[in-house]
Amino acid sequence: MVDTVFAPWDDPNVAPLISFKNVTKRFGDFVAIDDLTLDIFEREFFALLGPSGCGKTTMMRLLAGFENPTSGSMLLSGHDIAGIPPNKRAVNMMFQSYALFPHLSVWENIAFGLRRDGVVKDVLNARVEEMLKLTRLEKFGRRKPHQISGGQRQRVALARSLAKAPKLLLLDEPLGALDKKLRQDTQFELMDIQEQTGTTFVIVTHDQEEAMTVASRVAVMDEGRIIQVATPEKIYEAPNSVYVADFIGDVNILTGPVKAAGVDTYSLDFGGTEPVTANSDRAFAEGETVHLAIRPEKIGIHAERPDGPNTVQGKVLDIAYLGNLSTYHVQLPNGQIIKAQTTNTRRISRRAFTWEDLVWISWSATAGVLLDQ
Amino acid sequence: MNRLSPFNVVSLTFGFAFLYLPMLILVIYSFNKSKLVTVWAGFSTKWYGELLSNEAFLDAAWVTLKVAVISSSIATVLGTMAAYTLVRGGRFFGRTLFSGMIYAPLVMPEVITGLSLLLLFIGVGMDRGVMTIVLAHTTFSMCFVSVVVSSRLATFDRALEEAALDLGASPFEAFRLITLPIIAPAVVSGWLLAFTLSLDDLVIASFATGPSATTLPMKIWSSVRLGVSPEINALSSILIGLVASGVIIASLVSKRHSVRVQQEERAAERFEND
Repeated sequence: MVDTVFAPWDDPNVAPLISFKNVTKRFGDFVAIDDLTLDIFEREFFALLGPSGCGKTTMMRLLAGFENPTSGSMLLSGHDIAGIPPNKRAVNMMFQSYALFPHLSVWENIAFGLRRDGVVKDVLNARVEEMLKLTRLEKFGRRKPHQISGGQRQRVALARSLAKAPKLLLLDEPLGALDKKLRQDTQFELMDIQEQTGTTFVIVTHDQEEAMTVASRVAVMDEGRIIQVATPEKIYEAPNSVYVADFIGDVNILTGPVKAAGVDTYSLDFGGTEPVTANSDRAFAEGETVHLAIRPEKIGIHAERPDGPNTVQGKVLDIAYLGNLSTYHVQLPNGQIIKAQTTNTRRISRRAFTWEDLVWISWSATAGVLLDQ
Repeated sequence: MNRLSPFNVVSLTFGFAFLYLPMLILVIYSFNKSKLVTVWAGFSTKWYGELLSNEAFLDAAWVTLKVAVISSSIATVLGTMAAYTLVRGGRFFGRTLFSGMIYAPLVMPEVITGLSLLLLFIGVGMDRGVMTIVLAHTTFSMCFVSVVVSSRLATFDRALEEAALDLGASPFEAFRLITLPIIAPAVVSGWLLAFTLSLDDLVIASFATGPSATTLPMKIWSSVRLGVSPEINALSSILIGLVASGVIIASLVSKRHSVRVQQEERAAERFEND
């Protein structure tokens, strides 16, 4: 079988659909976007992830044309789009509030954009019906937005923004208003629709799980800058900074000076009884203060001291039972608390550890990532 | 059901008596047979008949209606435009000054507004008549329209306009196809407010008019100075009836509409994911 992994960002011959070149956006003294450079490729499902106020919404509004960059250039298929008003861009947006026109029926909402382009009647009818079918809303075409449920409104908003077959679809927290169960179903629906239509999606979200689920690549943002852009897997397993490691999922951070301990291996003195060792592709100077980021599920918990490089004794402080997983909070002799996770694979089993138990935790040398910032 | 306490009953009685007793007496006396306003001499509708044959009153009513319709329509257009600019225009130079100035006529004594308009009309050498009353009424009622419309615009989700632009509508199309239909109820109530204000204005009209045009309030005022006639009672009763039925119909319609919207929303949530 031919390997067809979708990774245009690794192919230097593919021209990006969108590229930001040193884009800066200021509102008065406030810098919303700070000298940002980024490429997004055709057919990507690209997620902008970050806390509120990190500039992700501003980036989306720049793409839609509601804001113009203070400096730098933005290219869409090679053409500079700065200064082009929103109604002249082949970019459509799905708003967080959905922004459905309350006085128009579902059908007319979807037809709105096509009518503005003066699409002939037969084509328009066919296109609207196609959109209704894609979003499973055939029965609701004649209803007004207030006559349908929240989940259906979300689908109308999606259908309306896809009707004009934009080059790029922007989704601003598209699932924010839905409850958790519906959200998860809708995430997969969004991915299906993205694949069926072949449209490039850029989604803004503050929900890391959502970003990880739907996106081909995730950009983690903070204070108007992009901290890391990578596939969900890389973002999770190989974060480039403590900020990213901490923002995505749960993480334990051990900090201290490092010493070289073999090829690509370092030993880190985090203030425990003995130093721990970790592998790293990146080189660090002797004595440099480094952070070791380890995910809780990569840490084992044992009653007896296991064989292996990194074993530390501690006391169980807290246990969080989550159903599928249990998280143990283990306090080390130096006071630091480490989270270790076990999967509850059996339905009936005695819990091996309880509060105040002395336990050994361990992880392999490749389990964590060494980070300098 | 909550029962009313004696205190509530007393409050209600006094409140409504203060509001409606004078009007009630006026309506009752409009059906008085006697020519003397204060002496009851049996039921009759003859004053209503006489009213219809009184040319002076009919002329005045026609002038008033004409002035009210034209001035409230102009005021609605200007007031809506002003409200839109002040709410949506962003932070342009002098915005605070403008938004303060548009509300000033609300609290300005009518005598001063009337006098300054009169001076203006004399200054530019305008013949005073229907035209000048229309201008004067437009001046003072457009700020009421702008208050009503801007309070609606302030709660209007701006994303709706952005969505329209995003889907390819020009800014004007976005206003005409999306904003205007949604704020239409506020625009209509602004028009009604302007219409009513113009209908019952006496002071400003007296300043702005000339010998050629007399409005109904002016006519009533001048005839009352010669003694209250039962015809005026009849005329006032008609006005009260018109205004009351307008208000009642408007509130019933909006009440039924909001009840229906709520019911449909609840029904829609029940059929989630079908």
